[in-house]
Amino acid sequence: MSTPGPEDITRSELPNGIVVLVRENHDSPSVVVSGYLHVGAYDERPEQAGLATFTAGTLMRGTANRTFERIYEELESVGASVGLGGGTHTTGFGTKSLVEDLPLVLDILTDVLRHPTFPGDEIEKLRGEILTDLEERAHDTRRMAGLTFYELAYPEEHPYARSLIGCSETISALNRDDLAEFYAGGYGPQGMTIVVVGAVETGDTLARIEDAFGGWEGHSYDRDPLPDVPRIAEVRERTVPIHGKAQSDIVLGYPGPPRAAPDFLDAFVCNTILGVFGLMGRLGENVRDAQGLAYYSSSRVAGGPGPGPWRVIAGVNPVNVERAIASIRAEIRRICDEPVGERELDDNKAFITGILPLQLETNDGVARTILNMERYSLGLDYLQRYADLIGEITVGRVQAAARRWLDPDAYALAIAGPPAI
Amino acid sequence: MKNINGFVKTQLSNGLAVLVKEAHAAPVASFWVWYRVGSRNEHLGITGISHWVEHMLFKGTQAFPKGVAERDIAREGGVFNGMTGYDFTTYFATLPADRIELALRIEADRMVNALFDPDEVAAERTVIISERQGAENEPEFLLSEELMAAAFRVHPYGTDTVGHMCDLERMTRDQLFAHYRTYYVPHNALAVAVGDFDADEMVRLVEQCFGATSNSPDIPPMNAVEPPQRGERRVVVEGEGNVAYLQMVFRAPTVHGPDFFALTALDAALTGASGVTFFGGSLTNKSSRLYKALVATELATAISGSLLPTVDPFVYSLSAVVHAGVTPAEVVEALDAELARVAAESVTQKELTKAIKQVKAQFAYSSESVTAQALWLGFSGIFADYNWFENYIANLSAVTVEDAQRVAQKYLRRSNRTVGWYVPESNA
Repeated sequence: MSTPGPEDITRSELPNGIVVLVRENHDSPSVVVSGYLHVGAYDERPEQAGLATFTAGTLMRGTANRTFERIYEELESVGASVGLGGGTHTTGFGTKSLVEDLPLVLDILTDVLRHPTFPGDEIEKLRGEILTDLEERAHDTRRMAGLTFYELAYPEEHPYARSLIGCSETISALNRDDLAEFYAGGYGPQGMTIVVVGAVETGDTLARIEDAFGGWEGHSYDRDPLPDVPRIAEVRERTVPIHGKAQSDIVLGYPGPPRAAPDFLDAFVCNTILGVFGLMGRLGENVRDAQGLAYYSSSRVAGGPGPGPWRVIAGVNPVNVERAIASIRAEIRRICDEPVGERELDDNKAFITGILPLQLETNDGVARTILNMERYSLGLDYLQRYADLIGEITVGRVQAAARRWLDPDAYALAIAGPPAI
Repeated sequence: MKNINGFVKTQLSNGLAVLVKEAHAAPVASFWVWYRVGSRNEHLGITGISHWVEHMLFKGTQAFPKGVAERDIAREGGVFNGMTGYDFTTYFATLPADRIELALRIEADRMVNALFDPDEVAAERTVIISERQGAENEPEFLLSEELMAAAFRVHPYGTDTVGHMCDLERMTRDQLFAHYRTYYVPHNALAVAVGDFDADEMVRLVEQCFGATSNSPDIPPMNAVEPPQRGERRVVVEGEGNVAYLQMVFRAPTVHGPDFFALTALDAALTGASGVTFFGGSLTNKSSRLYKALVATELATAISGSLLPTVDPFVYSLSAVVHAGVTPAEVVEALDAELARVAAESVTQKELTKAIKQVKAQFAYSSESVTAQALWLGFSGIFADYNWFENYIANLSAVTVEDAQRVAQKYLRRSNRTVGWYVPESNA
């Protein structure tokens, strides 16, 4: 199978605005559908936190043509899956099935996206599941550190500062009308993208998608621009005490570059050096390997349509929290102050480009990649240009990205765990 | 010589078992070495030693000093890791196919040359303890650890692979090194390669890299046999949190008889087929019997089942997250009613047909990844033979409604189970 590119990806736009991309792969009898709608937590009010995710979950709970039981009986009987999930900017969907079952899967996907009925009893069941999950979250050090980090790193009015799944107060207050209205106001073809990868015939697949979604005329929300996210100029630290736990979780980070930022790939390479390469990069080498402070200590730059976070995570014994933070800050200081070595940069660049065949091995991986190419307007030839784009990144560009986005003395820091003894 | 499917099964003269399979869909290859050692081979005092030895194999040899193997694999665009289970310790790398030789050289080297530097042992002790403490943060781990200790009072399957804290605090470098020397020998190992290469050439490469490795004395026998269970056992764990959990394990049959597949099919009807697929299953289970009985009725928010294939007889486990405002006892009551129903009436032919289709789909999905294929071949080679994997769908297809009822009556009995509740302190 060759690297996906303009030669073997077919891109088509339906009259109602939906973008469809198809890539055939006949090595396996399966097919993946992956995509997103232009609706998400961006479009909910702060006092409704969790509404977009709750709404997406409710769509699978009953349609004009199928009950909740029937949806899952039909899907699970053929070993297929359909999933929906609310995000901040978009609501994602995905399916996986044998190719012989694609017609059924598309029919169910169309049904849940276009004809949901919001059955009251199912909404209450889903609410109970979300509330139980929120109770679990309140005692989960990793999740609480993550949640608190977002609150610290972003202005209160920014959608990134809110939890995607909400909190018990907001979830308890939402009613059926809220969900149905949110759906009616924002689910529609504008900004929708669908990628199909697998053992399909392109022409036939495009016709099926047009048949399923071509007649859809939903609505979409007008969006105000995201509030500005100022660079963090001081230390913002908060500890969430969770008694009775054996380990504390740390998240230290910053609002990071959007995917479209000119230096996103520079930051991506910088992050690979900092907390990914080999066994969690320099952070793994220092915090885990040299000092034995943590089982995990790694970093990630999120990218995305807005200033998603660039953050470091670590799980450490409560008595070692301060030492771990000092070590993480030392590594951030080093990558800001000292140019990375040429050899280290070359190794990281080789890893980033060399791992592409592994990322493109499965239909899931190819679909995810094509979806990103479309979402961020990277072009269908992006993978063919990728090695050059990475190859031209220099030591200076890596350091510039570190200095622009990171700061060892001004950051958001969330800690969740038991008080140190 | 490879067969028509590009498959070779052979053994080197030093006893190393070798399984090689061509897969040409993508230009990648995965190489694994599986050792027949895990927490099954441990006892009090050295619990967790197999897992710790696995960590030490990432701490360097003379040829590949610490960090060099990871770096070399990464810069070739590969992934590299290890895993320890009850019955095995395994190491793998997946790389662009034309670079796979590097993985063989690293594995052949560290089969015999790992340094176990005392300073590195000391640094890794706190990492392992941190790994255990991370697990202890999860109520479900705390419950599972107590539950398995109650279910197995003789066999080492009663101890989690990570080991007891007291052993992790005291184990010595010499104990770790002795464990390594004892079990890391060719006749206790299985090499597996799947990917975009010529199978015969791959066998020659394995011979070239591993052929000269000599064996040490025989592997110590593992003689523990869990005595029959005489009555239901119960465990209650109290801890922090707001949510209760229920786990239930039934002593299960060995993988080698028909009962294993009948119980597998029964599990698919009860909790969905993701339990059937062991690794990477992404199926939902909302049309399963226990979802309908427990989650749709708002007694639980999740239910799952698992029947792990193992060398010695293990357990069939059920695990539920208890809905806020409900007690574990209420979940057990509803669960018991469903188990009684399946013992009295069995499952339907439609449920069996569904399970087979689900498994066929999962096999198709996993065939897209050379890593998943190699994992399956090697894993089945640990507790049975790769034929067990190849015949999986045929054996599952042979299960009848009567078989499912027979195993429901034989295994899913109260006297054959251990029941565990995690009760949050706010409710204790």
